[in-house]
Amino acid sequence: MQADAPPKAAPVPPDRPPAVSFRQVGKRYTTPRGEFQALGDVSFDIRQGEFFGLLGPNGAGKTTLISILAGLARASAGQVSVMGHDVVSDYAAARRALGIVPQELVFDPFFSVQEALRIQSGYFGVRDNDAWIAELLENLGLADKAKSNMRQLSGGMKRRVLVAQALVHRPPVIVLDEPTAGVDVELRQTLWKFIARLNREGHTVLLTTHYLEEAEALCHRIAMLKQGRVVALERTSELLAGTASTMLRFKTDQALPASLAGQSRVTGRIAQITAHDAEEVERILATLRGAQVKVEDLEIGRADLEDVFLEIMGGASGSARQ
Amino acid sequence: MTGAMMTGWQVLFKKELLRFWKVAFQTIAAPVLTAVLYLMIFGHVLEDQVKVFGTVSYTAFLIPGLVMMSVLQNAFANSSSSLIQSKVTGNLVFVLVTPLSHWAWFAAYVGASMVRGLVVGLGVFVVTSAFAVPPLVEPWWVVVFAVLGAGMLGSLGLVAGLWADKFDQMAAFQNFLIMPMTFLAGVFYSVHSLPAFWQGVSHLNPFFYMIDGFRRGFFGVSDVSPWLSLGIVAASFAVVAAIALRLLASGYKLRH
Repeated sequence: MQADAPPKAAPVPPDRPPAVSFRQVGKRYTTPRGEFQALGDVSFDIRQGEFFGLLGPNGAGKTTLISILAGLARASAGQVSVMGHDVVSDYAAARRALGIVPQELVFDPFFSVQEALRIQSGYFGVRDNDAWIAELLENLGLADKAKSNMRQLSGGMKRRVLVAQALVHRPPVIVLDEPTAGVDVELRQTLWKFIARLNREGHTVLLTTHYLEEAEALCHRIAMLKQGRVVALERTSELLAGTASTMLRFKTDQALPASLAGQSRVTGRIAQITAHDAEEVERILATLRGAQVKVEDLEIGRADLEDVFLEIMGGASGSARQ
Repeated sequence: MTGAMMTGWQVLFKKELLRFWKVAFQTIAAPVLTAVLYLMIFGHVLEDQVKVFGTVSYTAFLIPGLVMMSVLQNAFANSSSSLIQSKVTGNLVFVLVTPLSHWAWFAAYVGASMVRGLVVGLGVFVVTSAFAVPPLVEPWWVVVFAVLGAGMLGSLGLVAGLWADKFDQMAAFQNFLIMPMTFLAGVFYSVHSLPAFWQGVSHLNPFFYMIDGFRRGFFGVSDVSPWLSLGIVAASFAVVAAIALRLLASGYKLRH
């Protein structure tokens, strides 16, 4: 599957100051069934100008972490800052530096697109912002919808407005919480083109997505969360190089030997098995021959982020790869 | 930064005004019609049978009560419905991610509620003036109690909007607390016409002092001293406003 994203910008030097800093962040919820630890001891920095990916399965704590960053939730432990401003003690400056695209498709039914953007701009104390609002509308393909009421827009159009609302006060840090979930290819291309441009212009971007090819194409570095803990934190290229780098793909009607279960993924007739090197490829093929598994259309290629993700999520127990 | 914050609260205030203005038929015209119907029905039935404060006709007596009832109910409805709708639909996130302080939230939501309450009250007064025109003996009390009453109910609506998670919780708050307290505060009668026990109960209701003080402005006569009413209404407003500000500052049911 090809990403719809443009090529990512050059990596950010490691000495660049942090745009976002998470320090030993924990979050505990009290539920009727007892205490639930949503996040535990999460620590990492996102450097200024970086395009950073935050990945993890559903319930891993991605949205909780972003909610704490945005002030929508309060951490039970630790500190979070945006451009050096603590999100609790200096919340006004922190929020002014942050633009959040929420995951849910929410809108205010009382207003048109342009009214919604003017209002959002005004909340941040930015007046006379019509030129930037017009540029946002143009770049997000919303120019002809400026006067339309929010209720009249399709889901994809509403999603574009959410992006525009997040950017309307020109924040240096942009957070996109699964912005392309359930939207069409056109929006994905429009959105990534525009966000990549903002990143090249110096904006820091934090992205969570279920489309791993997007993260692979766009992000300089990636953190993976599992059960509220960081289990991987590396440059995307190193993450890909450091894990199983080879993927065997083939079709079969038979069950795979149990010894390959831990490193394989089967979807219908298509089986995919990860391997670290040529020797392991040879061993896998020998195992298949030994089990008399009939293989069709065998391909041996490079592993992608999805394979890395599955390998880490399948094996990591909580200690981060850094 | 101060200038920016001022702009921020003003924008939220304006947005809250637009929110009810865009549906003015429902938020202004409908409550005016309701109050006029009350006047027509109760006035028709009781006009010849009840005299209040000696010589005041029942219809003239009823008008300030209905005006104040409309002010209070609509001030409450504005902040409470805005918050619960935004919470349930999720669009409150647009305000939650902004740098607006709890003071800015309070000023904007309560300010807009006061405007709606006062606009509806003025509408009720203008339309009911076709039936009788109560005198304005001490008009400053009219202004003071209308503004303080609208402020207190706007603040109470804010508290209710923060507390309620569902529309039926809000309806319960409105129907089992606000409505009885308003109706039993002397909108339709002078508490002097009540038995001693119920007079005592009425004196525990802060809404009674709002309506009694407001009516004082029209007739120059009231059940209790307007200064006592002013003290109780101002203190009630201060307490409810302090609770609302505390809830906003702590992020109660907003920031989990």
